[in-house]
Amino acid sequence: MEFFMANILNFVCYFPLVGVVLIMLWPKGKEHETAVKWIANLVAFIGFLISLPLITQFNNPAFIDMTGMRYVIRTNWIDALGVQYYFGIDGISLLLILLTTLLGFLSILSSWNAITERVSEYYCYFLILQVGMLGVFMALDFFLFYVFWEVMLVPMYFIIGIWGGPRKLYAAIKFFLYTLLGSVLLLLGILALYFYQHSVTGTWSFDVLGFQNLEIPFNLQWWIFLAFFVGFAIKVPMFPFHTWLPDAHVEAPTAGSVILAAMLLKMGTYGFVRFSLPILPQATIHFLPWLLVLSVIGIIYGALVAMMQKDMKKLVAYSSVSHLGFCMLGVFIATPVALEGGILQMLNHGISTGALFLIVGIIYERRHTRLISEYGGLSHVMPVYATVFMIMTMSSIGLPTLNGFIGEFMILQGVFADPDYRSWAIFGAAGIVLGAAYMLWLYQRVMFGTIEKDENRTLPDLTLREFATFAPLIVLAFWIGLYPRTFLEYLHEPVNQVVEKVRPGEFMPLPVQSAETK
Amino acid sequence: MLKYLWLIPFLPLIGFALNGMVGLFRIWTAGQRPSRAFVATVACGSVLLAFLLSVACVWGLAQHDPEHRLVEQDLFTWIPGAAIRTSDGELTAFTISWGLQLDPLSSVMVLVVTGIGFLIHVYSIGYMYEDPGFYRFFSYLNLFMFMMLTLVLANNYLLMFVGWEGVGLCSYLLIGFYIFKRSAGDAGKKAFVVNRVGDFGFIIGMLLLFSYFGSFDFGEVTEKITVLFPTAEAGWGVLNWIALLLFIGATGKSAQIPLYTWLPDAMEGPTPVSALIHAATMVTAGVYMVARSSPIYSRAPEVLLIVAVVGIFTSLLAASIALFQRDIKRVLAYSTVSQLGYMFAALGVGAVAAGIFHLATHAFFKALLFLGSGSVIQALHHEQDMFKMGGLRKYLPTTFWTMWIGTLAIAGVPGLAGFFSKDEILWRIFSSPEGHYLIWLTGVTVAGMTAFYMFRLMFLTFHGEERFGHGAAHHIHESPSTMTVPLVILAAGSIFVGYIGLPAWLGVTNIFERFLEPSLEGAYHPGHGEVHFPLSTEIAVTIISVAIAVIGIFLSYYFFVKHPESAARLSTRFARAHHMVFNKYYVDEAYDLLFVNRAKDLGNGFCRFDERVVDGLVNGSALATRISAWISGQADIHVVDRLVNVLAEMVEFFSKAFRRLQTGLVQRYVLFFVLGIILIMSLYLYLGA
Repeated sequence: MEFFMANILNFVCYFPLVGVVLIMLWPKGKEHETAVKWIANLVAFIGFLISLPLITQFNNPAFIDMTGMRYVIRTNWIDALGVQYYFGIDGISLLLILLTTLLGFLSILSSWNAITERVSEYYCYFLILQVGMLGVFMALDFFLFYVFWEVMLVPMYFIIGIWGGPRKLYAAIKFFLYTLLGSVLLLLGILALYFYQHSVTGTWSFDVLGFQNLEIPFNLQWWIFLAFFVGFAIKVPMFPFHTWLPDAHVEAPTAGSVILAAMLLKMGTYGFVRFSLPILPQATIHFLPWLLVLSVIGIIYGALVAMMQKDMKKLVAYSSVSHLGFCMLGVFIATPVALEGGILQMLNHGISTGALFLIVGIIYERRHTRLISEYGGLSHVMPVYATVFMIMTMSSIGLPTLNGFIGEFMILQGVFADPDYRSWAIFGAAGIVLGAAYMLWLYQRVMFGTIEKDENRTLPDLTLREFATFAPLIVLAFWIGLYPRTFLEYLHEPVNQVVEKVRPGEFMPLPVQSAETK
Repeated sequence: MLKYLWLIPFLPLIGFALNGMVGLFRIWTAGQRPSRAFVATVACGSVLLAFLLSVACVWGLAQHDPEHRLVEQDLFTWIPGAAIRTSDGELTAFTISWGLQLDPLSSVMVLVVTGIGFLIHVYSIGYMYEDPGFYRFFSYLNLFMFMMLTLVLANNYLLMFVGWEGVGLCSYLLIGFYIFKRSAGDAGKKAFVVNRVGDFGFIIGMLLLFSYFGSFDFGEVTEKITVLFPTAEAGWGVLNWIALLLFIGATGKSAQIPLYTWLPDAMEGPTPVSALIHAATMVTAGVYMVARSSPIYSRAPEVLLIVAVVGIFTSLLAASIALFQRDIKRVLAYSTVSQLGYMFAALGVGAVAAGIFHLATHAFFKALLFLGSGSVIQALHHEQDMFKMGGLRKYLPTTFWTMWIGTLAIAGVPGLAGFFSKDEILWRIFSSPEGHYLIWLTGVTVAGMTAFYMFRLMFLTFHGEERFGHGAAHHIHESPSTMTVPLVILAAGSIFVGYIGLPAWLGVTNIFERFLEPSLEGAYHPGHGEVHFPLSTEIAVTIISVAIAVIGIFLSYYFFVKHPESAARLSTRFARAHHMVFNKYYVDEAYDLLFVNRAKDLGNGFCRFDERVVDGLVNGSALATRISAWISGQADIHVVDRLVNVLAEMVEFFSKAFRRLQTGLVQRYVLFFVLGIILIMSLYLYLGA
């Protein structure tokens, strides 16, 4: 047990590889596919279970090192370059890791009937993808981070390119190349930091926390910020780097879309929080007006484009652009409330948009079309589905008691707390109105009215397996909406550290937690 | 009992969860609907318990001294505080609790909501009995009760907003309850989106509120305001902005200009829903919110004027539309908008108690009228056009006389509930320093119009000749007792609730106003400019408004009983004006033209922009890459590789040439050797010389 806890990050990160090995060794052929599915599901589920101790021991002082990072694993890796194998997590990465292990399992579960070709390959790619994503959230060495960042690209490329829709090759290549372009600039930025650090301290190191303590001159910050910005903004994606997203989403298989929306996009937002803001604080403040403009354009533009889509998946994809605009608004303004809201909104987006892609996938599997006009009146034949869809629609448009509201409101209130940029909250709030318009319109066109198409008359309602993929997401949506404390409490400490870098002294000393439950 | 305050909203929540889950589960697993008895017992039982508990709690509260009539109950910390700065630079924590409070103002609301809510639940058993969505209907209705009770019991703005949005969701679900009807879905969506436009204001108002006062808690905000603003704010400052933004939210929820257009469409929902949500409770949330914020509004004179003007003007506009509608529910819907306008007018002149009083009485008689109309509609198999009714009094006796009581009450006939509350509002508008005689005059005119259209409704529905198909007559029968008993109880209420707020000129204290006083303590009273009118003026003002109502009644009688043909003649004579009003002044069309279609155009424009420009750039750069790749490919083949090949060819060429020299014949080598020597020697001799 002790050994397990000391190396828990390794276990959580690499456990999916057990599944990969087992699937590879398993005999091939159609008759063995069920076994392969079981292996993948079980491994993903166990992977989720073994990530749970991360929560229970989070505040155990035995696992906290002096930087405040938890469960740190640190050894030399490539001595010549000063590269270390350096894992560690804080509250921000904790939440994202748990979301990854959960959604990884759910999307594997959702693939049971959807994938019929090259089954074992599919699950292998999915499990490798899982490793890449978890590694990104754990790495504290920039080199190691970059390795995982690129590892993640490859399986996703194949998932879209092999199991995707009619234009899968176009989408897969666009996804790959676009992201790669960003990665290259990111790498340049990392190298600039690396050499600068050597010129100042004389040591070769990729230690992220070390970079955070550098006093980088503004000119250099300016350039590195731009390089990082392109890398992360493509991933988020922020306007105008977003056009790979609808193509990738439309062509990807359902589970691919879920992971793409829920986790892959978070790499970008996470990158901003973990690297751009604390390492390059002055540049962040310098670019703030532009960043806010892009975020706000994303919110409103994404919503308006989403409104006019005819393809359900494309609609949800554009709604992601809008929601992530919200996230970025909160992240960049970097007041504690807004940043906490922005990070919470990352989870919220993962939950509600992930669920919405699953929802689209359910009827796509039954009818093989994503056109809104092909549906209508489904709530007559699929009442449980209608309920789940309604809950997730409301979660997506930020109805109070559900998760989206907490994040959105905290972001807006946090933006309002900076008197210079107060008016930007108004644009954000306008996004809330548009959000209701496009989601409710979608819901109405798909679920309400009479059934026009004969094929829709006999659509079966959710199966137990399908419902099982939604149940945890519904629980989480209400949990965050009603008792966000559970989640926000992990964020106070790391968020304050980031804020203290970007806005030194502005929110210090910390106010006393006045209102405990009376 | 007060410690069980939290149970009041919680009970209907349990009802919702139970009915919703059991119902859905049975359909999912067994394909059967849950039994109606079970659903009805759970739904009505939970609301009945909530009502009884409310009565007990209010009773408990009334035992306290007037200045201690406030019970707060923080259930848990909802949002834990990260650091935030208020605009005066103070560092504070963004901590918001899920807390309830009961004070006189919320007591009134809780009693109205649970009491009338319970009656409407019972009525719905009969009304919805044949509907396959029986369980769904009741679970939505219970959810609505939870949200509405959260709204009125919340002790802070953000939690109030939870209820505020929650009732909006329920309204959406219930308007669109008949899911097979396209118009119902449209109406539900319209209601939600229009409300969201209002919420946009509400949200920004809240942001501003927190950033100035560092709290959402009603008590704390009031405390801060009384310190920071001992008197009313001069000019357009932050308080006025907060008040205006919150009021925008109220215009959405309470259907005032410019956001009233959703309410008439909301009549697509089942009639009990119209009664509960779109007449008695939810639409009054805006009134409640403004009353609750009276510490802010009373210090924001600019906005108070806006509230009063918007209120009275909405009331006039809606009443004028109601004059000509044919659909019985739409008449009542516009009437509701109009009456809500009255309440806002009262709030706008600082007469909060009068506004809330009218809210309470209106809840009774409007719920009664809607439920009565539901009884009529059901008897006629979903016929809503009043011109296809007539003479129904002998078929629906109970509905007939209860609705008459409601009509007399809303028309302001002395002795009934509506008379006291409406009279109170009109008097306050007349006498208050914030009031204006033009507002009063408009208000009195609206009273006359109200009497006119309500009597028209009654005459067309229950009196005169039978205009429905003659075969239908023997199908028509009075509704079951689950529906008529609530009607009777509401009718009794419509008569008697007015007596809790008897006006001062009768020489008694206004119990209602006295009871509310502690809740309105934080409000600012200018204390000057107050004119004391003699008793005779007050009585004269009352007589005038009653007289105007009587004129309205008389006109109605003249046009719809005495000379039915003259109404038609008049409307053809003034066809254009009639058309204009009948079509609701084309406001919906204008909104579609100005906003809805423009938003769609913008969306379409952005779609094209996204495809052609943003993605065009990406694909363009891909294309450019491919072209340059092709060019370099060609260059590679034709230039670079060609060079290599040319080099090779040259070598080949020369080697071919030189090969001829290398014959291997020694004699030839010797020959070249000799020739060479001769050549060099001759060159040497020639050049050297």
